[in-house]
Amino acid sequence: MKRFLLGCAALIAAPVSAQTVAITGGKVVIGDGSAPIDNGTVVITNGRVVAAGAGVAVPAGAERIDATGKWVTPGIVAGFTRMGLVGVDAVDPSNDAGARNSPFNASLDMAPAINPDVAAMAVNRAAGVTRAIVSPDAGNVIFGGQGAVIDTGADMSPVTKAKAFQFVEFGEAGARLAGGSRPALIAAFKTALGEASDAAKGIFREESLLKRGDALALVPVVNGTMKLFVHVEGAPDILTVLSLKKDFPALNLVLVGATEGWRVAPQIAAAKVGVLASALNDLPESFEQLAATQSNIGRMKKAGVQVAIGMINDNEARQAQLSMQYAGNLVALNKVPGATGLSWDQAFATITSAPAEIAGVGADIGSLRAGRRGDVVIWDGDPLELTSGVQAVWIDGVKQSLVSRQTRLRDRYMTPTEGALPNAYDR
Amino acid sequence: MRLTKFLVGTAVVLAAVTAPATARKKDKEEAKTEAKATFNKDPYPSTYHPYAGVPTAVTNVTVYDGEGAKFQNATVYFRDGKVEGIETGGAVKDGYTVVDGTGKWVTPGIIDVHSHLGDYPTPSVDAHSDGNEATGAARPEVWAEHSVWPQDPGFSRALANGGVTALQILPGSANLFGGRSVTIKNVYARNVQGMKFPGAPYGLKMACGENPKRVYGSKGQMPSTRMGNMAVNRQTWARAVEYKRKLDKGETVARDLGMETLAGVLSGEILVHNHCYRADEMSLVIDMAKEFGYKVSTFHHAVESYKIADLLAKEGICSAMWADWWGFKMESYDAINENIPLVHKAGACAIVHSDDANGIQRLNQEAAKALGDGRRIGIDIPDEVAWTWLSYNPAKALGIADKTGSLKPGKMADIVLWNGNPLSVYTRPDKVWIDGALMYDAANPKMRPVSDFELGQPGEGDTK
Repeated sequence: MKRFLLGCAALIAAPVSAQTVAITGGKVVIGDGSAPIDNGTVVITNGRVVAAGAGVAVPAGAERIDATGKWVTPGIVAGFTRMGLVGVDAVDPSNDAGARNSPFNASLDMAPAINPDVAAMAVNRAAGVTRAIVSPDAGNVIFGGQGAVIDTGADMSPVTKAKAFQFVEFGEAGARLAGGSRPALIAAFKTALGEASDAAKGIFREESLLKRGDALALVPVVNGTMKLFVHVEGAPDILTVLSLKKDFPALNLVLVGATEGWRVAPQIAAAKVGVLASALNDLPESFEQLAATQSNIGRMKKAGVQVAIGMINDNEARQAQLSMQYAGNLVALNKVPGATGLSWDQAFATITSAPAEIAGVGADIGSLRAGRRGDVVIWDGDPLELTSGVQAVWIDGVKQSLVSRQTRLRDRYMTPTEGALPNAYDR
Repeated sequence: MRLTKFLVGTAVVLAAVTAPATARKKDKEEAKTEAKATFNKDPYPSTYHPYAGVPTAVTNVTVYDGEGAKFQNATVYFRDGKVEGIETGGAVKDGYTVVDGTGKWVTPGIIDVHSHLGDYPTPSVDAHSDGNEATGAARPEVWAEHSVWPQDPGFSRALANGGVTALQILPGSANLFGGRSVTIKNVYARNVQGMKFPGAPYGLKMACGENPKRVYGSKGQMPSTRMGNMAVNRQTWARAVEYKRKLDKGETVARDLGMETLAGVLSGEILVHNHCYRADEMSLVIDMAKEFGYKVSTFHHAVESYKIADLLAKEGICSAMWADWWGFKMESYDAINENIPLVHKAGACAIVHSDDANGIQRLNQEAAKALGDGRRIGIDIPDEVAWTWLSYNPAKALGIADKTGSLKPGKMADIVLWNGNPLSVYTRPDKVWIDGALMYDAANPKMRPVSDFELGQPGEGDTK
C-alpha cells in the first residue's frame, strides 16, 4: 500500500524551505571542478542556491550559520545506485531493484518504488549524500526499465526526476540475458529498438519481441529524448555500443561501469558519450575486465571524456556513502608513478556536478552555482578524507536530521551492559 | 596475553615460543599426545623462503611499530630478513643501504585475517569457485590450501595497493564447519606450499547464522534453522571429543580427516575463526566452546560485537570487523560505523579485516574511517594505537605474533614504507619488504608482480 501512496507522492513537489540561510566563513567548494574558496559564503533561499563564493553578501534576515574552519560543499550526487529500491539486499520482498519474473521490462518505472523509509536513505543522508541516480537492475531480459534521480531527504517525496533514463545490460551480463552470446545480445538490442521505431509510427507487429508497453517505453530512447544507460565493461564491447549509433543515430548514450574505458578513451571522447565509471576496479574480475586499473577514470578524463563515479554492482543500494572515499583514492594516484589520477577539484566534481550533468540534471543539482537546489553539506574537514565527518545537511534548503537507526543503535550500546532495565528500554 | 595458550598449542610446528610455566606444562602433556599420533600433521609443509635482501636503513620516517608506539624522525633498520630496531637521533649507521623516507611513514605490513584470495580468485568464473565445499554442513576435513590458486592476480593488488604482507585464506561460510584455513606470506610462488607462512598454526573456519541454514535448508537438509545450526555443531563436537579421547588413550582409530582437525582444535593446535554476525549467536558459540573444551580465537564480521564488547573482552576473543559494511543481509542490518572503536574501548581485541579482494587493498583506509567515527563520539584513539588493528592484533589472532605483526627487534622484516600518512586516503605504499626482501617498489615497474594469468593479456604490468 505504501508503494502506491509513494507513487502519488512523486507528482507532488518536494518540501522546500522558504527560509533564507547564509553559511559563512567556511572553505566553499562549488563542485564544478573549480578550486575551493576560503572564507566563502553560501546563501540559500526558497530551496535554491542564490549565491556561493567569496564576497557574497548575507541578505538581511537570513539565518546565519558559522562554518569557520569547516568545509561547505554541494551535497554528494551518487552517480549510479539502486538506492531507495532495496531495504536489505538478501531479503527478497524488500528488494525492488530487479524483476526476474515480470512479463515487462523497458516499461518498468522505478520512481514509484523509491522508498524513503529504507535505512539506506537516512544512512547516506547523514554521510552527506543528498541525491542519487537510481537504476533498475535487469531482470530476465537486457532492458531493466526506467531509472530516476532522487533525493535522500527525510520526507515522503524522494523523486527529483522520474523516467530519467532507460537501463540496458550489455557485455557478458547482457549476452547471458539475451540467450547466451554477444550476437544474440546485439540482435535483441537492435530488434527491440527497431520495434520501438515502429511503435513511434504506431506500428505493432504480431510476432514482436516486446510487449506494446515496453516498445512504447523505448520510443524516447530511439528518438534521443531519454538517455540510455548502457552497462558495459570491456573495450571491444564499448566500441560495439558506440557503433550502435550507426543504426540508431539519435541514441543518447551513457556508459556505466566501463572498466576498460581507458583503452578506447579517444573513441568515447569523440562520440561525446558520458561515463559513470566504477572508480577502483583493478582486478580482472571477468574476461571483459582484464585491463582493469584504478587509472581508468584519470586516463579517460585526460582524453577528454566526460566522466563521473558510479557504483554498479558494488553495494550500490546502500553504500553511496563510499563515493567520497573513492574520489579521494583517485587523487591518491597522483603520487603513484605510472598511474593517472585526478586533481582534488576534478575528483570532487566526479561525485557532484559531473554525475548530475551526465544524467541530464546538471542545471538543477550537483553544484553550488546559483539556481541549483539548496543541497548543502558542512563537513568537519576535507570531505574526501577518511576521518572527516558531516556536521550538517540541507536538501532543497531544508535542514536534515542526521539520525539513523545506526546512530540510535550506537547510542543505545555506547555502554553495552544493562542498567536498571534491559537495553530495550533505553531510547 | 590471552592467546598464549594458542601459541603454545601450536608448538608442534613452532621452533621456540616463550610461554609461562603453566602453559609449558600443558605443552609437555600435548607432546605426549602427539607421540601417539601416527599420522603426519604437516603433510604439505611450507617451502616458503625469504628472498634476498640487503641491510637497509629507512631514514627520516614516522613509524608506527604495530604495538601502539610511535616514533618521529626515526630510522628503521633491518638486515638478514629481521627487524634490527628503530632509532631516533644520531647518524645513520654504516653498512646499510639507505632509503630516505622524508615525509613518509613506516609500519609493519598489514595482515588480513580474512581473505579468500586464491580460493575465490579473479577472474571470478565458475571454474574458480573453490571456497565452499557446500556438499555437507560439516566439512572440517577440507583444507583451504588445497584450493588456493597461487596465480590469483589479487595477491599483487593486496601487496601494491594494500601493503598486505601476510594473510589467512579461509574456506567460505556455506558450512558450519568450513574446513582448515591457511596463513600465507603475500609472495607469489609456483604452489601454495611456497607461500605458506612457516610455522603458522592452522585455523578452523566455522560459520554461524544465515549462510549454513540457507544453503542446506534450501536443499531440504539439516540445518534449516539456527537451532539446527547449533545441533549439528554440538553433535559434531561431541564426536570430536570422543575421537580425541580415543587418541589420547592411545586407542587405534581409523583416520578421519575431519576429526583430526577438530581434535587439533580441542588440543589447542588449531585456532577457531568463526564467521558470526549477531551478538546473540556469538554468545551461544562462547558457551558451546566451553561445553566442548575449545576456545574461539576470533569472531569474523562480528558486526554486533559492540553489543557484547564487555563479554568479548572478558573471554579474550578478537573481533575481525569491517568499518562500515552493513545491510546486505538480515544479520548485517544492525552494523554500525563505530563497531571497531567501541570494541577497542571495551578492552577487547579489534581487528580490521576484508573478506574481499577489493577491500584488502584498503584496510588502512577502513581503519581510518573507524578511527574518525570513534573520535566523533569521544573515543579518542591515537593513530599509532589504531595500527594494532591492522598488524599486531591480526598476528595474535593467527598465532604468529611472535614472528611478525610489529617492528620489535628480531621479528620478520615485513615492512611497508608509505608515501604519506597511512591513515589518509591520499596515501599508497611506496615500498614493501617481506622478510627484509624488497617485493614492491612503486618507482620501479619491474617490481610490480604479474601473475601468470595476466601475462600476455591486456593490462599486463600496468599500475593497478
